[in-house]
Parts: sequence; C-alpha cells; structure tokens
Amino acid sequence: MLGEGILKGMAETARNFFGSYVSKERLTTVEYPEERVPTAENARVFPFLVYDGAEWEAGMRCVACQICEKECPPKCILIDKSKDKKPDYAGKPQFYPTRFDIDISVCMSCQICVEVCPFEAIKMDTQFELATDDRFAGLLLDRKELAKSNEYYHTIHPTEATEVDSRLAEEKAKVEAKAKAAAEAAAAKAAAAPNPAPPADKPPAGGGD
Amino acid sequence: MSLAETKSEKVAGWNRPPVVEPDGEGELLEVAMGPHHPSTHGVFRMDVALDGERVIRLKPVFGYLHRNHEKIAEGASYLASMPYTDRLDYFCSLTNNWAYALAVEKLSGQEVPERAEYIRVILAELTRIQNHASTIGFLLQEMGASGTPLMYAFREREKILDLFESLTGSRMMCNYMRFGGCRVDVSTAWLDATRKVVAGLPGFIDEFEALLTANEILMARCQGVGILKPDLAVNAGISGPMLRGSGVNYDIRKVDHYGIYDRFKFRVPLGDHGDIYDRYMVRVLEMRESIIILDQALRDIPAGPIMDPKAKIRGFRPKPGEAYGRIEAPKGELGFYLISDGGPNPYRYRVRPPSLINLTVLEDMCLGQNVADVVLIFGSVDIVLGEVDR
Repeated sequence: MLGEGILKGMAETARNFFGSYVSKERLTTVEYPEERVPTAENARVFPFLVYDGAEWEAGMRCVACQICEKECPPKCILIDKSKDKKPDYAGKPQFYPTRFDIDISVCMSCQICVEVCPFEAIKMDTQFELATDDRFAGLLLDRKELAKSNEYYHTIHPTEATEVDSRLAEEKAKVEAKAKAAAEAAAAKAAAAPNPAPPADKPPAGGGD
Repeated sequence: MSLAETKSEKVAGWNRPPVVEPDGEGELLEVAMGPHHPSTHGVFRMDVALDGERVIRLKPVFGYLHRNHEKIAEGASYLASMPYTDRLDYFCSLTNNWAYALAVEKLSGQEVPERAEYIRVILAELTRIQNHASTIGFLLQEMGASGTPLMYAFREREKILDLFESLTGSRMMCNYMRFGGCRVDVSTAWLDATRKVVAGLPGFIDEFEALLTANEILMARCQGVGILKPDLAVNAGISGPMLRGSGVNYDIRKVDHYGIYDRFKFRVPLGDHGDIYDRYMVRVLEMRESIIILDQALRDIPAGPIMDPKAKIRGFRPKPGEAYGRIEAPKGELGFYLISDGGPNPYRYRVRPPSLINLTVLEDMCLGQNVADVVLIFGSVDIVLGEVDR
C-alpha cells in the first residue's frame, strides 16, 4: 500500500516523542547551565602544572627540561630556564622555570606534553568553561595561572593521581636510600682512609659524593 | 578557468557518460552552489551550469579548508603528526589514527600486541557505526527531513562518543593509537559499558530502518538517482561504501587482512544499481556487520600488554625506507604513504584521502539530474571537508 512506509515511520517518531516523557533512554539531553552531566575521569581539556605542598612556586614539579616545549605539535609552550637551582620533591637541586607560558588559543589538547614529561609535572585539566573577553592576554596562561595543587589533581583524576603519587614516592625512597648509602659509604671511606687497600665496594661510594 | 574547459571529452581514456546537451533555446544559467551552502558539509563549492533544472556541467571547487597538513607533518616528529590525523576526518579520528600508526609500524617493523589489536578493531568498528549513522542522518537532512533522522543518529552517536571520551579523554580528537600499540589500556568496566552499548545497537538500527528504509518519499528521491557504474567506479579509484554500492566486491578488511580482521566472520554487503538508495542500504548493512564483528571482538579480547615493549615515545627514528599503510576507513580506503630518511621526521608524508577521491566522480553522477538531486548525490558520497582539503 502506498504510504505504508511513511505511516510506519510516523509511528516510530510518535513512540519516540511520547517515550521521551517517561524514559530517560529517549530523552538524553539536559538543560546545560543548571544541570550538568558528570565529566569522564579521563577527560582532558588544557594542561596545568602540578605543585606539591602549599606554596606554588616552591613546590612546582617542573624542572624546566623543555622536553614538552620541543615535543608540542603546535608549539604553544614557552619556557625560560632559571639560572639558579631549587630543591625538588626528593630534595635534589634542580632548575625551575622562571617563565612557563601556554597559549591555550593554540593548544589542541593532544596531551603529548603529559606523555613525554619525565617528572609528572604537567597534567591535563578538566575545566572547560574558559570563555574570556580578552582574546590575546586572556588566553595566554603564565605559570601562576597554570599552577594547580596536587590535591586538585587528585580531585579531577583520582586513579591516575594515586598511581603518580606512588610512583613518585617510590622514586623518592630510591633517591633517599641512595643518598643514605652514599653518606654511609663516604663515612666508611673517611674512616678507612689510612688503609692502603680499598674494599671491592668502593667505586659506587666514590660516585655518591 | 571557465566552465567550458572542464568538458568531459578532454579527459581521455575515461569511460564517462556522454555530456548532456542543453535541449531548449536560450542561455545556460551558471550557479555557484556554496561555499556557504548548508548542504555542502563545510566550505565546498559546486559550479553548476543549468538548463532549467537540469545539470549540464558541474565543477567541484575545493581547497577552502587547506591547512598544509602534509608539509607540517614533514617538519614535525612522527608522534607529533598523530594528533593532526584526528583532524583530517574529524568524524572518525580513531580510524585515522590506526591508518597512520599502521604505516609507521610497517616502516619501523614494530609488532602490535594481541590485546592492542583487539582494542583497535573494537574502536574502528564503533567509529564505523557512528559515522554511517550520522551520514545517513545528514543524507535525510538534505532530503528535507529536517532533524528527526539526524537526531536519532546523533543520539546513538552520543553513546559511542561517551565511550571514546571515557577511554581516550576526548570525544572526537581521540589521539589514542601509538606506534606499536595504544596509549592507555581499557578497563573491565569500559568493556562492560561497550558491551551494553553494542547490545542496544541492533534495536537502534531496526528503529532507524522502520523509520526510513520503506519510506516512499525516500525511495522516490533515491532510487535510480545518481547512478555510478561499476567500471567507472573502479577506474576512478572509488572505495568504501560508494564502490560496494555499485556492486564491486572490494573491502580492504577482506583484501589486505590488516590487523586481525581475518579472525572475524563477517560479510561484505554489495549494492546492485549503484544509486543513492544502494549506498544508503550498504551503509545500513555495514553497521549490522560491524555489530557482528564487535560481538566477536568483545568476546575474544585477551589479557596482556598493550604496547610493544621496544616502542619509545621520544626520539623515534625509523630506519630509512618507505611504507604505505591503508585501512578500510568508514569512508573508503584511507592510506598513509611515508618515506623515511632515518631522521626524526618523515622525508615525505602523503595522505590518500577517501573523501577527496570519492568526490572526483561527482560530475558523472550529477549530469542530467535536477539541482535538488545534486544535493542528495553529494550527500550520499559521504565526505568530510577536513579530509578533502587537508
């Protein structure tokens, strides 16, 4: 019969229309600013810099190695390396960025900077409501605007942040153990200095000073 | 260049239909459809010469969205081009990732672990389903069914994009595959969520078909319109659902056995007439076959690593040589041709985009048809301008 297909299709739309009043399956939209769908845990928008502790400048994990600056596909990162050094989370003296700018009007949220960072210093944020009326300066974030605490990182990516923390704790323990061993070996070396024949475990001790 | 110079006789050796001659007296009307016409899926122009309502000549004009993708890739490291491939065909970023990763893996001789291969198949078939669903939605939109079929398609697409977001972090610009594997592992919860979505897909396709397939208006508009002959399709290098809609049995998943596609049982749907309706039907049936592949892949996915242990993120330098990796993307054959001189960036990087090459037969399909049908024929080609212009 001519028109049967159209009637069948109309029945389908009618079912969807009336179904939208009773079934969440058929009404998938929400009224955005008032009502929000939760973001996925893995969601990524723009990068931010993680710092430990309360002081953003003292606790910043970034050591200005400039790997992310080099690997960034659209080249939206600009880093200036410091002249002096400050201690990092494990107490080792490291350089720090005197300037760390990300132009988020250029950034394409590919998270390659996160993948290449060997210091777990740069991570992806989930904040997406970034509208501003300043086209240039408003979208050029400096290191103060980029710095976010490790606690904040835990709230947005809990699983990932816990993994990162355990990895860093492991590394810190390793560094401390190495420093302790080096100190002990140095002490042993000082004590054993008059002896002419050094024991076999001397060479690593020499490297630890 | 004037329209007269694009006359079909100038292209020798092509099995082209005869050029349609104007029948009435008076002059031809030249119309530029686009670049801002809502039916052109972006910025694309068709210069058509009309005799009344009939199309006498048609010249596609593209390049408005050219952004130098190949040259940028030749100056960037291999990894840095991966996020740019997302932006070629932004509807199917995961298949673009796969094609590029496949080419680089061929170049460097890297092995992909079993689990990563399964993840790639699952993601590629999900991509195919959401691409075909939205293509059909857009086709119906251009037919004048404003909204309803497109919104039904987008409702399902949303579920698949939510899966992509929870796995890769982004809905469309996934940037997920890496040379020698995938970036992050899938969790059991994600696989369960995917199984749930896949279980709901046949119901959606049934609903979609009840809405559309037997609809008299759709049949009247699509059947016998925009016919593409199989020999012309083969000669012009057409691939994907357009080629199979013309009845040529050529699916790279079956021909090349790339990845692990030889392990799955699925059929390749073929059309009979090569008209718009056949291309529509091929896409619907391909979605059904994709569900069959997904069921098998989600059942068999093994545990194990997801990255080649020898793969490294930074300082990747494949040995000198050349490679061509191609996959059956939702739109057709997507290939990446790479030449390496042993350096950190490719010496030559070339994309073989299905959208652009499928567009080359637009004039042949449109000659003698009405203007209103040109919009439909163009919609049935299934292009994304990001891939046409690169």
